[in-house]
Amino acid sequence: MKRLGPFYLLCLAVAVIGLAICPTLVVLAPRETTMGFVQKIFYYHVQSAWLCFMAVFVCAGGSAAYLFGKSEAGDRVAVAGGELAVLFGICTLVTGPLWARKAWGAYWQWDVRLTTTLLLLMIFVAYLFSRRYGGPGSKKLAAGLALFGAADVPLIYLSVSIWRTIHPKTTVVSSLQPGMRGPFWAAFATFACLFVVLFGMRMALERSRAKLDELYLAAEDAGLLDGDA
Amino acid sequence: MSVVREVALLLWKDVVVELRAKELLFGTVFFGAILVLIFAFAFYGGERPPVDVMSGVLWVAIALSGTLAIGRAFEREREGNTLRALLLAPISRSSLYLSKLIAIALLMAIVELVVAVLLSFMLHASLIEHVLSLAALLLLGTVGFGAVASLFGAALGRARSRDVLLPLLVYPLSVPVLIAGTRATTALLLGEDASFWLKFLLVYDAIFISIGVWVFEPVAVSE
Repeated sequence: MKRLGPFYLLCLAVAVIGLAICPTLVVLAPRETTMGFVQKIFYYHVQSAWLCFMAVFVCAGGSAAYLFGKSEAGDRVAVAGGELAVLFGICTLVTGPLWARKAWGAYWQWDVRLTTTLLLLMIFVAYLFSRRYGGPGSKKLAAGLALFGAADVPLIYLSVSIWRTIHPKTTVVSSLQPGMRGPFWAAFATFACLFVVLFGMRMALERSRAKLDELYLAAEDAGLLDGDA
Repeated sequence: MSVVREVALLLWKDVVVELRAKELLFGTVFFGAILVLIFAFAFYGGERPPVDVMSGVLWVAIALSGTLAIGRAFEREREGNTLRALLLAPISRSSLYLSKLIAIALLMAIVELVVAVLLSFMLHASLIEHVLSLAALLLLGTVGFGAVASLFGAALGRARSRDVLLPLLVYPLSVPVLIAGTRATTALLLGEDASFWLKFLLVYDAIFISIGVWVFEPVAVSE
């Protein structure tokens, strides 16, 4: 753990402090008049959704670097991004329906954003599947899937956009009451730092794994592992 | 050799192999027919089922039999080690991808013909009235599905659990094709305008064939 940069430590600190104080900030934020208490899930839901899409771009970028630039670091970026996309996607799709049950009277609607997020999540679950069970060449296969997945998102969005949409628009964020803005951006900073922390940990794990593989091969070449084989 | 000639030669090879074995053709057509039967039993309750059931059955049959065909087509290449021979041949990788895509679209066209005819008999869908628009729709949809499926079919050639992974990878990516296909078929059957969906499929095909040509070599070929 000696290579932790100051940026990483700062993010770690913000994430820890944020996770400790955000619940209080969210409780103290003004109560929304029409939705009441359930509106508070908004402080978790929006951030998760944004970071889920962010992770998708990170994964697609890493995959492109791996496929075309043969960059092993790109592959590590991609796997960290892919896992975070699934993690934050699940957070989005768990918090959303909890709110929707109260707001719309149903947990699920075939709304544009809901459908797009669900399919995005499926694509990245498939990404993790293909990495885990794809056998030899699975990294390349998964990287291709990530690129296809990123290209698929706008099309899924377009294909379901003719259905009626009831999901609140993004303008909700810019039209927040002054008292809600502080907690909202504090929660966002916390989640974003959590994202960086998890991303860094996952990258470090993959780096160690690659190094272990290298050492194992070197030891095998040197004839040190004969007894175990 | 120009790309067109390469694609034509590779396609000719696939057609000749299939005409000799007839395994894929018979297998997939029969599978499509069985699917229509299963859906007919599941949905036919004495009355004429609603229009969207028809389009749903049609496109689900296409997706399922298409996956079966792709899986088997690449399995055959793997068994005979012919994929390696193709990779050693002095042809561009994109020709290989495009020829597989066209071969699968040709095979699926026959399957779709049988499925559509069966559907109109068994579920009394009036598919024949809109035959031209429906043909264009099926062509665009199949090419879009094939663009995704041929890439991953080739890429999964070496994977252990490829039979499980192929549908897991292909279905989420081809959801826009299935949505557009079912919506457009329903619109055609109701006598409404389906041109938006035809254009949508055209855009989907263009995007995914381009990405397919672009990533086929790094994803499916190089070690």
